[in-house]
Amino acid sequence: MPEWLIIGLLIVAKLGLIFMVLLTLAAYLVLAERKILGRMQLRPGPNRVGPFGLMQPLADVIKLLTKEDFIPARADKWLFILAPGLAAVTALLTFAVVPFGPPLTLFGHQVPLVVCDLNIGVLFFLGLSSLAVYGMTLGGWASNSKYSLMGAIRGLSQLISYELSMGLALVPVVMLARSFSLTDIVMAQADVPFALVNPLAFLIFLISAVAESKRIPFDLPEAENELVGGFHTEYSGMRFGLFFVGEYINLIILGSMLTVFFLGGWMGPFLPGVVWFSIKVLFVCFFFIWVRGTMPRLRYDQLMHFGWKILLPLSLLNVLLTGALLLWRQG
Amino acid sequence: MFREFAKGLSITLKHLLPGNSTTVDYPKVKLEMSPRFRGLHRLVPTQTREKCVACYLCPTVCPAKCITVESAENEQGEKYPRVYKIDLLRCIFCGYCVEACPVEAIEMSDEYELANYKREDFNFEKERLLR
Repeated sequence: MPEWLIIGLLIVAKLGLIFMVLLTLAAYLVLAERKILGRMQLRPGPNRVGPFGLMQPLADVIKLLTKEDFIPARADKWLFILAPGLAAVTALLTFAVVPFGPPLTLFGHQVPLVVCDLNIGVLFFLGLSSLAVYGMTLGGWASNSKYSLMGAIRGLSQLISYELSMGLALVPVVMLARSFSLTDIVMAQADVPFALVNPLAFLIFLISAVAESKRIPFDLPEAENELVGGFHTEYSGMRFGLFFVGEYINLIILGSMLTVFFLGGWMGPFLPGVVWFSIKVLFVCFFFIWVRGTMPRLRYDQLMHFGWKILLPLSLLNVLLTGALLLWRQG
Repeated sequence: MFREFAKGLSITLKHLLPGNSTTVDYPKVKLEMSPRFRGLHRLVPTQTREKCVACYLCPTVCPAKCITVESAENEQGEKYPRVYKIDLLRCIFCGYCVEACPVEAIEMSDEYELANYKREDFNFEKERLLR
């Protein structure tokens, strides 16, 4: 076989594998969430479809695909159709820069276990996570419903209040690793994960990540008690499904980001790198579900207050302190 | 603030541990009904006939007007219900018929799975009530 064919096949196989694993994981994360939340609320959760309810994701997909596809009258049709796709695609794209293992050697070729090791990976992630909000906002606006619009507006204002501190929490990481590439950032954590080096940045990023995932302490854009379903009130069938899948892929992405930036990526003793990476990501996902099962929703003004008056100054201070410390250690 | 968070998280984690669920796995496991439970009615039979003497007290007391009785006389000259019908779609399971009966000919069982596919299937004739 010619050289280029092997390389091409390897790339295609890697892409297909990532795609499948990511989507299956997202589907089963939904089941895991429902199960864990159920147990936390002293009930068993879904357990009817297959053993322990393991076929539930399949049943859900069949249900979503066969539901009536509904577009409200006077909705902005094209934006309405575009928005869920935008939400899912931006979530999927972000995984392109996530390194999930040390480079493998297959058929005499070095295969890096990352789709694309961008040298501006951090910026790519931040950019796409801001873009993901467009899916939500456009969906909420195009629905021509007051609940959707309210959810979209809340989502936007939430974005600007946590995104800043999220970016600023990553600045110390970049300073410590001296690189924007996620692979280099993981390499820099070979000895000590950054969560121990800079716990404040870790905490700020963790809180911002929960806000970014729009999950319970910060689920203002959805707020089903007040806003019916928030930005996806008017969506049904697979369009809603895309929003839903996007949300859970986003959860995996944020778990991987936390792992890459602060928990040492694939680094770990004894077990192979990919396994360590999965363990860490799944643990972060479990933590998110756990928090969702525990906390009430913040009020709108509480979120603003928290984002602007506490997180942002703290993260700025953290940047200054880390910089000063690094300079001092250099002598 | 963080202490409260930690406390809340520990409570939910405790709930997560196995053996905490209070759910009964219904169609597989069924709860035992209390002896006073008011389920489907039952007309009490004797050796030869039903106990009921067709006195019309139960249709009179029934607040939902769901009981139909037509009396007749048999060969021994005793009154008996030629027709005894309960429309379960109207019945509110109050148990007044049981209370009113002078001969204890009607009682309520603990059967509660009464769903059905057709309206006619909710008309319980004498044959279905004599069990």
